[in-house]
Amino acid sequence: MSRPASGLLRVLMLVALLAFAGFAHAQAIEPMPFANRTQEVRFQHLTAQLRCPMCQNETLADSNAPIARDLRNQVFKLMQQGKSDEQIKQYLVDRYSSYVLYDPPLNRGTWLLWFGPLLILLAGAGVVLMAIRKRNRGNQMPAGPEPAENGDDW
Amino acid sequence: MNRLLPFIGFMLLVALFGFGIWWNTQHDQSAIPSPLLNKPAPAFNLPKLYEPAQTVSKADLLGKPYLLNVFASWCIECGVEHPVLEAEGPSLGVLLVGYNYKDAPADAKRWLAEHGNPYNELIADESGQTAIDFGVYGAPESFLVDTKGVIRYKHIGPLTPDVVSQQLKPAIAAMLKEAK
Repeated sequence: MSRPASGLLRVLMLVALLAFAGFAHAQAIEPMPFANRTQEVRFQHLTAQLRCPMCQNETLADSNAPIARDLRNQVFKLMQQGKSDEQIKQYLVDRYSSYVLYDPPLNRGTWLLWFGPLLILLAGAGVVLMAIRKRNRGNQMPAGPEPAENGDDW
Repeated sequence: MNRLLPFIGFMLLVALFGFGIWWNTQHDQSAIPSPLLNKPAPAFNLPKLYEPAQTVSKADLLGKPYLLNVFASWCIECGVEHPVLEAEGPSLGVLLVGYNYKDAPADAKRWLAEHGNPYNELIADESGQTAIDFGVYGAPESFLVDTKGVIRYKHIGPLTPDVVSQQLKPAIAAMLKEAK
């Protein structure tokens, strides 16, 4: 729960985590008093879309961290109060930032995350286009002896 | 020039790699920026650790700037932070409020008896319910709250002497200057 600072502590914790990984996972999700199956499915679906703020690479549904357990209980409580999925997500975002959403919203802070891959794709397309043009220009040259190796065909 | 291109590309990747390493040493990857920064602290009303019949609320502390320090006896790094609080607490110029998080009161009292008690006020959140409103997800965490009850600064992880001198004290100085 606390944040390990030293490398040795990190390694020791990793070893301990690995040793107990199966055990911990078996204990991860305690039964909740769901009114019906629909509610249970909705709960599982919702908590699988939310990220545990402590463990960071686990969903709220999977994590056994104490804070994940507390937040699962909170999600359950809010569901009982008749809150919609959107309201519950907003409740968590208000407290833990959009970090808790696995599907980040599109805003000023995340546009690079959303469009970065597209930009890289466009840049790659530009490079390919330039290479093709260069090659075509080479082909239009009058027939003659093979051009000397210029080292740009890598 | 064309022969140099692969080498230049390689060096760019090396530079990117080096930047990544440098960036990660400068930033705590586990710290999530709080959306509550510069917003009013959530309302709370929690029992005192030593006198559970009495409670402390946000309203009780209005008018007094304070540092809310989330700690627990089970938290290893709180033991690292504690001597810093003991040494720096009295000279901070704000109240030091201990927020005992998800802890059995008996454990917390034993821990404080052992490590010392630097806090001006001590409140207990045994269930951790109120902490969710603060966006707490571990211990230690510290919130600087001004006279109007607005969160001015948050630190996730132990307060080290460096963090106190380079971040916390300047934040307190800016806050007190503004209040005058």
